[in-house]
Amino acid sequence: MSLLLPLCGGLLIGLAAALLLVLDGRIAGISGIVGELFAPRSGEVAWRLAFLAGMLTVGAGAALLHPAVYGAASHPAAHLVLAGGLVGIGTRLANGCTSGHGVCGIPRGSVRSIVATGLFMAAAMVTVALAGGAA
Amino acid sequence: MKRLLVSLLSGALFALGLALSGMTDPHKVLGFLDIAGHWDPTLAVVMGGAMLGFLPAARFARGSRRPLLAPRFHLAPYARVDLALVMGSLLFGIGWGLAGYCPGPALLAATARPGALSFLAGMLGGMGLFAAVRAAVGRWQPAPRLQEGDA
Repeated sequence: MSLLLPLCGGLLIGLAAALLLVLDGRIAGISGIVGELFAPRSGEVAWRLAFLAGMLTVGAGAALLHPAVYGAASHPAAHLVLAGGLVGIGTRLANGCTSGHGVCGIPRGSVRSIVATGLFMAAAMVTVALAGGAA
Repeated sequence: MKRLLVSLLSGALFALGLALSGMTDPHKVLGFLDIAGHWDPTLAVVMGGAMLGFLPAARFARGSRRPLLAPRFHLAPYARVDLALVMGSLLFGIGWGLAGYCPGPALLAATARPGALSFLAGMLGGMGLFAAVRAAVGRWQPAPRLQEGDA
């Protein structure tokens, strides 16, 4: 399987985050962009909604044109609600997720982001191993 | 207005990158996390590419007083590694490993997969709970209050 498309997709993710930082001075961290909407402050809402609108527009477009990118159905609903709850609380406690800490934090040389990324990757790998693999 | 268009475009390109790279499929993500099984390196390549694409912007932010279209950068202050960062990262990792979704891909997949919508409901519930607790404990903070973006 070719890794060229994933590489290009990754570069595009990085460029999207770069655009937001260089032009508007913001970090494209998805958990922070969503999570701070629960404690809205003036001047901190519109750009978040615009970013999420851009994401969801492309997401819905992909759902219409090429739904295979979303893969096969995975786990039972209750399992996924629990997993989502852990991700919601965890990313807010850690102040970042794969995008804010991984994509944006590590290239900025943030020690917090390097530690966070190492820990959530390790915890996820142990969880998958304990669950008996990816299948 | 121009800045909102930048946000919209950034969100759209970010999503396009996630979809093109296959990260919207939780099975691809779980394949990467399954190091003891038939390991799939895709996520590592995507992360590497994303960091590479972001690196010039990181250098720009370090060397400039302000972004091109806004009065200031909104970066989290460099705070110490604290218990909240460690515990939060571990909880996030467990949830990520249980589902194969992290916040960005989950948002996109929720437009197509009921399972991702369930995950998103749980995630928003967790975030809402966090915001409520943070508001209730008021001034108590484990670290300097980090609100602007992540990291």
